Amino acid sequence: MDAVRVENLVKRYGKIEALRGINFRITPGELFALLGPNGAGKTTTIRILCGLTRPTAGKAYFYGVDVFQRPVAAKKMAGLVPQTINLDLELTVFENLLIHGLLFGLSKNEISQQGRQLLRFAELLERKNHKVRTLSGGMRRRLLIIRALLHRPRILFLDEPTVGLDPHIRRRLWGLIKRIQQQGTTILLTTHYIEEAEFLADRVAFLDEGRFITEDTPQALIARLGEFAVDVVREKGLETKYFPNREEAEKFALTLAEKAETVTIRRVNLEDAFVYFTGRKV
Amino acid sequence: MKGFLAVYLREILIIWHRLPRMLLSFSVSPTLYLIAFGFGLGKNLQVGGRPYLEFLIPGLVAASSMTQGFGINVEINVARFYLKVFEEFQAAPISNLAYVLGEILSGVTRALLSVSIILLITSLAGVSFSFGPAFWIGVIMNAFIFAALGVTSAMVIKSHADQALVTNFIITPMAFLGGTFFPIENMPPAVQIILKALPLTHAAKLIRQAAYGEGLRWESFVILLLLAILGLVLAYHSVDKARD
Repeated sequence: MDAVRVENLVKRYGKIEALRGINFRITPGELFALLGPNGAGKTTTIRILCGLTRPTAGKAYFYGVDVFQRPVAAKKMAGLVPQTINLDLELTVFENLLIHGLLFGLSKNEISQQGRQLLRFAELLERKNHKVRTLSGGMRRRLLIIRALLHRPRILFLDEPTVGLDPHIRRRLWGLIKRIQQQGTTILLTTHYIEEAEFLADRVAFLDEGRFITEDTPQALIARLGEFAVDVVREKGLETKYFPNREEAEKFALTLAEKAETVTIRRVNLEDAFVYFTGRKV
Repeated sequence: MKGFLAVYLREILIIWHRLPRMLLSFSVSPTLYLIAFGFGLGKNLQVGGRPYLEFLIPGLVAASSMTQGFGINVEINVARFYLKVFEEFQAAPISNLAYVLGEILSGVTRALLSVSIILLITSLAGVSFSFGPAFWIGVIMNAFIFAALGVTSAMVIKSHADQALVTNFIITPMAFLGGTFFPIENMPPAVQIILKALPLTHAAKLIRQAAYGEGLRWESFVILLLLAILGLVLAYHSVDKARD
């Protein structure tokens, strides 16, 4: 059974079509990333699946449970890490966990035990009784993630979990996300950081203007273009060509040596695939 | 049940963390009203054969329980538009009723705190009343109605700025005209009809009669009970409006 199944999901805000009938499936334990520029519909998808936004049309299921017909049962399976940090700044770290645990029906004992483990996991145990207001941005992000894990969700929704963070904190969070997945949690991640999707995701879907462009493993998406790329800088701008191997790329580069300002040979990456398939930058 | 408890506990924890500031702030307005209208302007006045201060204080209790009950909307607005904590409630497996009751009850708690402060100040001024069950029923029902209205307005509005309009056009006029500072019987008959339609008028009458030790004012009790049920229904249905 699929952990998540989305069928023909549509969202309209007046005349604006935020989602134009998207379909996807996520298998249990998989980390599936939605990659796209701002306004592509990534956050709207997560908001609908988590009950924050009403869909215009379409269906969604978590482990076979209809998300829109049985929202309470579906919500019990889901944990949400929103893009905006929505912690109670005036409450302590533990009080934030306590409220979340009670909302998801946990007993005070369960909250204390599970909360302690998660705080240790996120290296926040010493901050347990500190007000959230006193935490750094990275600490708040980690707290946001473990709060969503407190009720042991089977599916975790991560909406741009590392946006605005320093590179070293971002990498630390990647490690945390990988460990969560290794414990068997299914993850739907949205991001506009290409390297984040490339590092974390088992499968990636390119989303643009409310439509799915294509989806596959990061390696397969890259392989569709080739192994090597040649970037050619000319007066009119940057042009990139893709080749199945280095020899062909070098042969092509030699033919341009005198006509171009700069020629660079490099490996193809996921950003190339995104630009190629969507025709735009993330 | 745990969902309701979570919503209520969150508000109580916020009150707890702010308690000294909150109690101080609760005491400012009633103290000023007592000084200005009670001891200053109304020192030699009598209403219905009683000193004006005895008329004023139950009115202040009614007005304060209204504003503090309704004031829960500010907390909800901050949670919804600034902290985004409201999304945590939306994503949780709790019913609209659990959410609404948690918020309303926290509005009632705030109202009870503010009323306690007023009573403490008035007792220091040497004024005593009867604080039997009828008095507290009046306070709680009044706070419940306006907390429900506060939840409803917080769910329906589209921005924090809109909330000021509701307060300026509904709550502030009611605080002055709902039988709090003067007997509405002093107004022209046509105006009296309008003022008698205000929930605060009935709350003030009920609380005042109870404070005078004259028992429960049943007519006002029934009206307030009906308004409390209506408020709860409105608040319940308003929660889905907050989803975009």
